[in-house]
Amino acid sequence: MSRTIAIRDAYGNALKELGAVNESIVVLEADVGASTKSVLFGKAFPKRYFNTGISELNMVNMSAGLALEGFVPYVNTFAAFMATRALDPVVSLIGYDHLNVRLCGTYCGLSDSYDGASHQAITDIAAMRAIPGMTVICVSDEVETKKAVFALADYKGPAYLRLSRAPAPVIYEEGMEFQIGKGVVLKEGNDVTILATGTVLHRALAAAEILEKEGIRPMVVDMHTVIPIDRELVVSCARKTGAILTVEEHSIYGGLGSAVAEVVAEECPVPVSILGAVDYAESGDLDVLMERYGYGADAIASRAKSVMEKKER
Amino acid sequence: MMNDERKRELDEMCLQFRQDLIDLLYQIQTGHPGGSLSCTEILTVLYFDIMNLDPKNPGWEKRDRLILSKGHAAPILYRILAERGYFPKEDLKTLRQAGSYLQGHPCVHKTPGVELSSGPLGLGLGAGIGMALGERLKGSDAYIYVVMGDGEIQEGAVWEAALAGNKFKLSHCIAILDHNGVQLDGTNEEIMPMGDIGAKWEAFGWNVIYCDGHNVMEIEKAVAEAKQKTDGPSILICKTVKGKGVSFMEGKSAWHGKPIGEEDYKKAKAELGGGVK
Repeated sequence: MSRTIAIRDAYGNALKELGAVNESIVVLEADVGASTKSVLFGKAFPKRYFNTGISELNMVNMSAGLALEGFVPYVNTFAAFMATRALDPVVSLIGYDHLNVRLCGTYCGLSDSYDGASHQAITDIAAMRAIPGMTVICVSDEVETKKAVFALADYKGPAYLRLSRAPAPVIYEEGMEFQIGKGVVLKEGNDVTILATGTVLHRALAAAEILEKEGIRPMVVDMHTVIPIDRELVVSCARKTGAILTVEEHSIYGGLGSAVAEVVAEECPVPVSILGAVDYAESGDLDVLMERYGYGADAIASRAKSVMEKKER
Repeated sequence: MMNDERKRELDEMCLQFRQDLIDLLYQIQTGHPGGSLSCTEILTVLYFDIMNLDPKNPGWEKRDRLILSKGHAAPILYRILAERGYFPKEDLKTLRQAGSYLQGHPCVHKTPGVELSSGPLGLGLGAGIGMALGERLKGSDAYIYVVMGDGEIQEGAVWEAALAGNKFKLSHCIAILDHNGVQLDGTNEEIMPMGDIGAKWEAFGWNVIYCDGHNVMEIEKAVAEAKQKTDGPSILICKTVKGKGVSFMEGKSAWHGKPIGEEDYKKAKAELGGGVK
């Protein structure tokens, strides 16, 4: 079993490291700093850390002001609240004025499993993806998290960084090449493509192993940036494998699957199957929930085979 | 302190701005007259006698910043910014027209002199607090002014921001309430009674200063008083009249955003002077 580390811990550590080398970074928090791990930055750089209390909307308003002053705010709360309560200024200030604000939504998908559906975020990608000029990044492991946190410091325009609470196996080597807007091919194959985003990536890799044992050669891609989507890579996957399965810990409407289907429909129509949430989930152990809601490796492998069968013969 | 001669000059400017506003809104047949007329003196005093600005260099680091959080008063803001030299007065007629840099509501990425995009009410104060924190981090002593409407402060976001202004003791963030008592659908009293507004702000930890929002001398004095307060943020509660200067618009919610017809235009200009165009 490979080493695992919770994405939120990786994020907090990376943010603190970034703060040490970049004076323009400021961090805002809405009273969940011990959960988001923004507190690690706060302890190291108290003057650049603003806890706004339980007021997500105001926190994002404040970040707009700080961005207009030339700072690069990393704004923290649960993904479920960032894409609902704080969405007003995200649309009307951060998006409209293309501000350099990093909206860091943690506990994404089902990862706040025991707290239940009220704290799970399955609509955030859809909400953020619809905003013109917004970049949406979902990270899958410790290495990618750190890369994304650092890449966003110099990136122009607004971005939503989607983070999980869950312990995630480390997939990448330290030196992995991370570029915003460029997917990463983790496995080459000709029979079907599995495109995944966020911490479900390791489940997609496990599904690929099952398929391989059955003689199927799947291509597996980490599509960490949901928008702007890597069109070139999506098209090449469609051409090469003729069938695509997308996997995301998010609603099947408006997330990665939709983004991929939009490109495929226009550029290279092939069957696309979207694996994600079809309903609100519930409280429970995360691994149990993931199995129960269709994210088990067997379920993913089975969906991959179904979409393969839809290929034109 | 402002002398009587300067007061007369500013009053004359305000009259001119009102005349031009009515001409413009009649010409384009869209835009909000009521809330523009109620904050004319407030904006005029701030832009001409209080704020430290360099219109030739709108991004000048040390400038004071004004957020028009009640963004629907954009027409009067643009008239004043043009007078101050941010852009040519001739361009005002493009307001709200396709291709113009003068949007229906203020837009920071299109219009020189605008500091924050606004329109959805209640967002300006929080952004202003962010700016004030930014200025403090930079060691600057610039002031951030946030002009809000009294209907606007029904938004919960305003009170979230009020808490933060107190927590961070932002004495360089000065909120200004254009308290005209009227909102889109009726009076504050009818739509959502606001109770004792000053007591509410005091309870949130703000210094509260009252003044007549149509008296330029009083506005200047009130801002000077706010600047003396170094223990936290201040709010000026400016008593104003919606539609001020045009008798049939005064205190009437119907004139929040209504196009001006020909008869009303002539009546308004007969009261304000300046002739019809």
